Amino acid sequence: MTSITLIEALRQAMDEEMARDPRVFITGEDVGKRGGVFRATQGLYDKYGASRVIDSPLAELSIVAVGIGAALAELRPICEIQFADFIHPAFNQIVNEAAKLYYRSNGQWRVPLVIRAPYGGGVSGALYHSQSVEAFFAHVPGLKIVIPSTPYDAKGLLKSAVRDPNPVLFFEPKRGYRSIKGEVPDDTEYTVPIGPARIAREGRDVSVFAYGMMAHAAAAAAETVSRTDGLDVEVIDLRTLLPIDKTAVLSSVEKTGRALIVYEDNRTMGYGAEIAAIIAEDGFELLDAPVRRLAGPDVPAVPFAPHMQEYFMLNANKIVTAIRDLAAY
Amino acid sequence: MATQVIMPQLGESVVEGTVSRWLKREGETVQAFEPLLEVSTDKVDTEVPAAASGVVLKIIVREGQTVERGTLLAWIGEPGEVTDDHAPPVRGHGDHHAADTPIPAAVSQMTAPQAAYTGHVTPVVARMAAQHQLDLAQIAGSGRDGRVTKKDVEAYLAAQGQPAARTPSAYAADLPPWERPGSGDLFKSTLEDQTPDEMTAHASPNQRVHPVEPIPQVSEGELVALTPMRRAIADHMVTSRRTSPHVTTVFEIDMTAALHHRATHRAAFSQQGVNLTLTAYFVMAAVDGLRAVPALNARWTDDGIYLLRPIHIGMAVALDHGLIVPVIKHAGDLNLLGTARTVNDLAARARTKALKPDEVQGGTFSITNHGVSGSLFATPIINQPQVGIMGVGMMEKRVKVIDDMIAIRPCAYVSLTFDHRVIDGAAGDSFLLSVKNRLENWT
Repeated sequence: MTSITLIEALRQAMDEEMARDPRVFITGEDVGKRGGVFRATQGLYDKYGASRVIDSPLAELSIVAVGIGAALAELRPICEIQFADFIHPAFNQIVNEAAKLYYRSNGQWRVPLVIRAPYGGGVSGALYHSQSVEAFFAHVPGLKIVIPSTPYDAKGLLKSAVRDPNPVLFFEPKRGYRSIKGEVPDDTEYTVPIGPARIAREGRDVSVFAYGMMAHAAAAAAETVSRTDGLDVEVIDLRTLLPIDKTAVLSSVEKTGRALIVYEDNRTMGYGAEIAAIIAEDGFELLDAPVRRLAGPDVPAVPFAPHMQEYFMLNANKIVTAIRDLAAY
Repeated sequence: MATQVIMPQLGESVVEGTVSRWLKREGETVQAFEPLLEVSTDKVDTEVPAAASGVVLKIIVREGQTVERGTLLAWIGEPGEVTDDHAPPVRGHGDHHAADTPIPAAVSQMTAPQAAYTGHVTPVVARMAAQHQLDLAQIAGSGRDGRVTKKDVEAYLAAQGQPAARTPSAYAADLPPWERPGSGDLFKSTLEDQTPDEMTAHASPNQRVHPVEPIPQVSEGELVALTPMRRAIADHMVTSRRTSPHVTTVFEIDMTAALHHRATHRAAFSQQGVNLTLTAYFVMAAVDGLRAVPALNARWTDDGIYLLRPIHIGMAVALDHGLIVPVIKHAGDLNLLGTARTVNDLAARARTKALKPDEVQGGTFSITNHGVSGSLFATPIINQPQVGIMGVGMMEKRVKVIDDMIAIRPCAYVSLTFDHRVIDGAAGDSFLLSVKNRLENWT
């Protein structure tokens, strides 16, 4: 086992998949010679050449459209959208084409496409470099959505995404690219399956559901209340947002009777609303307290001013307060 | 169960307060919200109301003592009730923490366990109570307000020697493939996998676990439906107060000259079919004021103050269930006869609802004669997008000192409420000075 950063785990996953399968290629803005703005593809251009690490025009619609076409032609594209904030021009390609082709062709056409995009705030990136976009796509049947929070999961899940026969949106918590480090097996063949959630911390008193950076904040909050309040909090890192691991969600609530869902995106119609609905529908008789959401405020964007960004972003202390309130119900 | 009295946070930066006086002594009865003690800080002095009805059981912080916000000051409860002075104080609403400050251990158990809980039962507790045929009134609740929690039921069952039956997890069972993670097959038909057994597996007899007390609500009274006019007035008022910073200035005006003028000309006007009212004098005086301060006959825009050339004066007329503001168009072009004729005509037709839509639009300034209902002076709300409104108070004879002699003069308070974005106080006073000069020197 070697301890590496989140971004290095992603780079290794792509490197290993490209070495394993000659059909795998990467396209996106600045992914080639420059190695990506976050250096996720650094060194791959020199190693695999311009025909497999392809600099694209500044046109997200075309990046995804090229990916869909290549996937239909039996290639294994990894499309990089430089920031999730810029994925919207490709919305039609993703929702109307990639997600629906298998259904529309009665199973005759598959779209084995991976779209990678850094997402999330707290990086002083303001309006166009801080957005969380997962909820837009989580509504669409036919897509898979993955958000890893650890280097182990990031590498293992990205390799699974490349091998998956369906379109996979792979959103990466960019705030953790270099701040999150963790151990990753030396075995190049390990993968993490798309689907199951991860129990990041076991507990009996309150279940906290989170993903991305919030999984880390939730785990830190759980440690705090364990120390200060003697509360035993279970943290579930959802890590695959679509399909939803209902078993993990309900099993945890069955244990604790109390559910807090934490997501950085703004509150209304956010991803956490669906988790809350699942618990309310299928876990009603398990509940010992109302299902609670802790999310970003419903304002149009993550603000730039540092104190305003601080106000917008969730953190471990805000989660601690929410856990205490829920535990006291 | 006794209620804590806590030192409140009396301001954003105020962290402590001094108990200056207890208004109730130990053993005295107090009603909820009745003033209980006086607290002073370096910024404010205030009364603290009782958080609950009951008897003052114990006063912990004596008069003259200064303590931090959140400190337990006293207990209120039933006579003879025992209090736990070491219980950590319950946090107040204003008590929040900056994101980066460490949060001290909070109180997860807000109240002492008590028996005979009669409130809300959560689904899991209801299910366990039904399953084990429990009387929840027998179980001490540790949740908020004494609610019986799942853990309380589990502890109760353990104490009774009945282990809580573990229901086998229903959720790892046969899920349809599209909900089974990692299968990759997202597009299977939803119909064929559903079995009737799954639908009924959890159905249990509708056993009533515990009667739930209805929450008392104040419902005596009646609802009066909103008329379109009431709704429109409400919208205009709220919009105006939100749009303009309102400032009001008041002058007292000696009406002797205007009344004298009216008395000498009334008959002549009457012969021309016009009832000469004082309103006409105020309208003409307002025109003088607007000429002296053109920025009051204007409109605020983000690009600048748009000075309006014509003067159209809106005149508020009270109706039975609201008010309407007909507009005297080109008031600046009218003499006293024309002004009086127009005022009378608009007011009469306002009361008979015979105004045309464009007669209530396009005002550039307004006058409200609130004195007709006895008001001395008022602070009216500006009719947007205008900049000001003049209020005329009731005229009455007052004792005035004139040339060091006491005189009796008919006087009225006249106010100007203006948009402080557009003009400042001195300009507002210039307007009223023009009005005053005109009315007091009418010839």
